[in-house]
Amino acid sequence: MDRQTQLLFMGIGAILLLASLIGFILKRRSGDQPNPVVDNLNARINAWWVMVLVIGIAFWLGYSAVIVLFYAVSFYALREFLTLTPTRRSDYPALVAAFYLALPLQYILIACNWYGLFSIFIPVYVFLLLPILASLGGDSTHFLERASKVQWGLMIAVFCVSHVPALLTLEIPGYEGRNLLLIAYLVIVVQLSDVLQYVCGKLFGKRKIAPNLSPSKTVEGFVGGIALASLIGGALWWITPFNVWQSALIALLINLLGFAGGIVMSAIKRDRGVKDWGHMIEGHGGMLDRLDSVCFAAPIFFHLVRYWWT
Amino acid sequence: MFEPLVATLITAGARSVTGARSLWLGCTPEPTQRIYFANHSSHGDFVLLWASLPPQLRKLTRPVAAGDYWQKTPLRRYIISGVFNGVLIDRERKTPESNTLQPMLDALQDGDSLIIFPEGTRNLEDGLLPFKSGLYHLAKSYPQAELVPVWIANLNRVMPKGRVLPLPLLCTTSFGAPLYLTEDENKEQFLTRSRDALLALAPEQH
Repeated sequence: MDRQTQLLFMGIGAILLLASLIGFILKRRSGDQPNPVVDNLNARINAWWVMVLVIGIAFWLGYSAVIVLFYAVSFYALREFLTLTPTRRSDYPALVAAFYLALPLQYILIACNWYGLFSIFIPVYVFLLLPILASLGGDSTHFLERASKVQWGLMIAVFCVSHVPALLTLEIPGYEGRNLLLIAYLVIVVQLSDVLQYVCGKLFGKRKIAPNLSPSKTVEGFVGGIALASLIGGALWWITPFNVWQSALIALLINLLGFAGGIVMSAIKRDRGVKDWGHMIEGHGGMLDRLDSVCFAAPIFFHLVRYWWT
Repeated sequence: MFEPLVATLITAGARSVTGARSLWLGCTPEPTQRIYFANHSSHGDFVLLWASLPPQLRKLTRPVAAGDYWQKTPLRRYIISGVFNGVLIDRERKTPESNTLQPMLDALQDGDSLIIFPEGTRNLEDGLLPFKSGLYHLAKSYPQAELVPVWIANLNRVMPKGRVLPLPLLCTTSFGAPLYLTEDENKEQFLTRSRDALLALAPEQH
């Protein structure tokens, strides 16, 4: 790990320490009464320690470990998505192809740095393959719905997520060997935006911004969280190939995309009648609950950097 | 001698493929003598239910399985008898005078708990088939055991009939409140009541 990465992780550790301290004080002040908001806050903070530790270990091990990590992330996200998506018995071949062909191949293509194929593999080849496989079962019930759902799951959980490790394939002049920091920038800014939206919403939230789609999101949380996270994005310019202004503007863009991602994924959850995608991250819900904003921000961030900085 | 190891491997496999989330909604996992009755849509049902129990309860809980299927090959025989200590029953009743329930009653007399599938066969559609009368006769002949309904969700998608490769989708086992046969209840009433109790645990279909 280079000096900047170490500094970054020490900074994150300091923030988490502070968060844990605040959580501890809040817990003490609420006394013996169980307080669901404080308990959930502490569960979330503890889960953040684990997530930061896992990402830290992957960064320390290097590029291959980061690709494997996001392969696992995609796997958990895809299984959560497809678990909540009703399919029929004749979708079995398409689902096998999703888990055992599309998912590994996408990450292999990224590991071999084959941009020309990994950027169209799922939107073109898999898009055509899945309905062909689904048609083999000879079952026309809800055919378009079923085919779309499997494709959508792959797009969100595999294609979009894979653009995070794909940042490692970019060759940015003057930024050689530092691409891990680009991943750190994206993940820190977007996740901080989620956290700050949650904090601002809890402290000042009054007006709901999308009551039918995501009842916990408020106008105050949206404005405060995105503004603060964009400022932090600007302040992190030193780990990016951008200058301060570019860094703040890009942070604003990915924060808006992340917010929109949260709304879209929440609309799907509500339609399926669930509150969370899964249960694997204590206090947060499932992998997709933590990842919804990154899914929407990653591909645009990737192409933005690829178009203007390489 | 390898049976505990094979059991651990199969259980770990089932848990990692399906996530094996257990919801103890109506009772807690404790070593009371029980008859767990569940919906049946896959050969993996008893494995997942067994794997959803805490390890100390697994040793005391025996799946009830159809002899005609599980005795067909040496591998199946090894898994059901050696690894899972299953109770095999004769669905076809080749000898009419034998009591199909006797092996289950013997296991209960020994203090074991049972896993049974009262539909009697795998159901490939949604919902539940009508229950066979075995559950009623067990409840009548051995009233000491708690009858616990267990809904196994999604496993039919993980391993559809006739497919070999499992899909890694998440499965949930929901354990409901224990039932007993009441004195004024006849067979039909009891079977309907227990079937409704199991159906009530099924997640809503959208």
